[in-house]
Amino acid sequence: MWEQIRINKRNSVLLLAGMALFLLLLGFILGVALGGPEAGWVGMIVASAIWLILMLVSFTSGDQILLASSRAVPVNPDVHPQLFNIVEEMTIAASLPKMPKIYIINDPAPNAFATGRNPQTASVAVTAGLLARLNRDELQGVIAHEISHIVHRDILYVTLAGVMLGSIVLLSQVFLRGLYYSSIGGRRYSSGGRSRDGGAQAIFFILAIILSILAPLFAQIFYFALSRRREYLADAGAVRLTRYPEGLASALEKIANSSVSMQAANAVTAPMYIANPFRGRNAAHLFSTHPPIEERIRILRRMSQGVSYRDYEESYRAVTRRAGIIPPSAVKDEPIPPRSPSAPSTQTPAPTDSTQVNRQIGDLMRKVNGFIFLPCSCGITMKIPPNFPAPKAQCPRCGQIVAIRR
Amino acid sequence: MAAAVMILLFVVLGIPILLVLWGIGIYNTLVQLRNQVENAWSQIDVQLKRRHDLIPNLVETAKGYMKHERETFEKITEARSRAMGAKNVAEAAKAESALSGALSQFLLVVENYPDLKANQNFLSLQEALTSTENKIAFARQAYNDQVLFYNNKIQMFPSNLVAGMFGFAKRDFFEIEQPAQREVPKVQF
Repeated sequence: MWEQIRINKRNSVLLLAGMALFLLLLGFILGVALGGPEAGWVGMIVASAIWLILMLVSFTSGDQILLASSRAVPVNPDVHPQLFNIVEEMTIAASLPKMPKIYIINDPAPNAFATGRNPQTASVAVTAGLLARLNRDELQGVIAHEISHIVHRDILYVTLAGVMLGSIVLLSQVFLRGLYYSSIGGRRYSSGGRSRDGGAQAIFFILAIILSILAPLFAQIFYFALSRRREYLADAGAVRLTRYPEGLASALEKIANSSVSMQAANAVTAPMYIANPFRGRNAAHLFSTHPPIEERIRILRRMSQGVSYRDYEESYRAVTRRAGIIPPSAVKDEPIPPRSPSAPSTQTPAPTDSTQVNRQIGDLMRKVNGFIFLPCSCGITMKIPPNFPAPKAQCPRCGQIVAIRR
Repeated sequence: MAAAVMILLFVVLGIPILLVLWGIGIYNTLVQLRNQVENAWSQIDVQLKRRHDLIPNLVETAKGYMKHERETFEKITEARSRAMGAKNVAEAAKAESALSGALSQFLLVVENYPDLKANQNFLSLQEALTSTENKIAFARQAYNDQVLFYNNKIQMFPSNLVAGMFGFAKRDFFEIEQPAQREVPKVQF
């Protein structure tokens, strides 16, 4: 996988350089348009400053921005001990230097993503819907997929690209609004300063046009970044880590069968997820970044003999009838047999009907939000909000007064 | 004339310096890899220790429910004390794999005790045990991966030159005894 890591590092540099060139050009054009030919340099200096800020922001807090925009909340082990155990298992299996930080997204749709600058600063975010639907082996498969993204350094590139794309979208929005308001202003105060208004308007107009042409282009680059290849490679890595293709396969199946669209995802963050977060009409367009999920499942299900990269490669060729996907250096003769599924007693039976799923999601989010779960001797559990003022609560069924342990 | 001497001087001094720098680079990589192997090994130790700490609690909780499984518990406790008192690595490896076997059998028979499976305390212990078992397996897997990488590096040219010079020794894989796989199935006619 060294090749993939190298490609990702190179792409990150290319992305930053491309962004710098683009901004310098834009700065130059603007400078010339605003203050004549000699002001082009000023524009370029301003552009470099913007680029520097953008780069600093995406390097130091790009992951935080993406997590916050996905409404992910950092959690402690008490909220979901199994999730923490599984992430630790996969951290050990992948020999990562540090366990990634864990976030939960309050969303009923099952999905997950990883972000961060490098393995030391990585984060993994999963939705409450995912935790409620998957059993242990399936969750392990999903987490292994995300850990593989971290190992392959997909996360840095994706985070940089995400922040860059986000800021371009934001800038083009700003200029479009500017254009809109200046045209309104121009109409209202048409008596004075007509010519100056016209100049500003023209520049806003040019900017808006340039950016609205380029924003989709950058979006396309971003989507290429998350090409299908990365997803296949992360699947292959996940299987090699867990030694259990069926776990990830059946997790992907459950994700594919869920009809819930993700509320917390947007066009910028969509490609980061393990599976396309949108259902319905706009899915076809976005699906270009994610390989068809049924194909991924078929590849995984075909790997009954072994779980090495070579086995994935063979299965991939057989299912898709395309040339290879794994870098040749990683395809080695290593006979790794798949393991058997975990003992049934360790698998919490995943709920089947939607009421149960929703109930579990609700409980999980209450835990995330610091609710206190207070069992009463009559058998029911009271869920006390964190800002509940009294030290004791009365059981609504049997009327008993129970002290709240904080 | 003076220029030629200078060039000669640069070449004569430059080549050894480049060679030394290159050697330092390889040496550092090897040290890094060796440390990763050590680290992976200590990870296995950490998880084995955690398993030892977990067992008494688990046995205590499950005992009351599983009256008919005294044999399983005895096997677990015995393997644990043998593993903790092991004098050398071979002994420890043997006892630990016996312990793994006893625990996986335990996780299977738990299926027959629905009352136990409803006990919240037991469920969290069981999750801890399952996870520790997994961590041991994954730590072993990661250790073997690291050893393979390290061994390849110290055997392949040119890094084998540096490895030989500074005595980087080959490491052994962590093989586990799997009685079920080793034993030849008995066939009776």
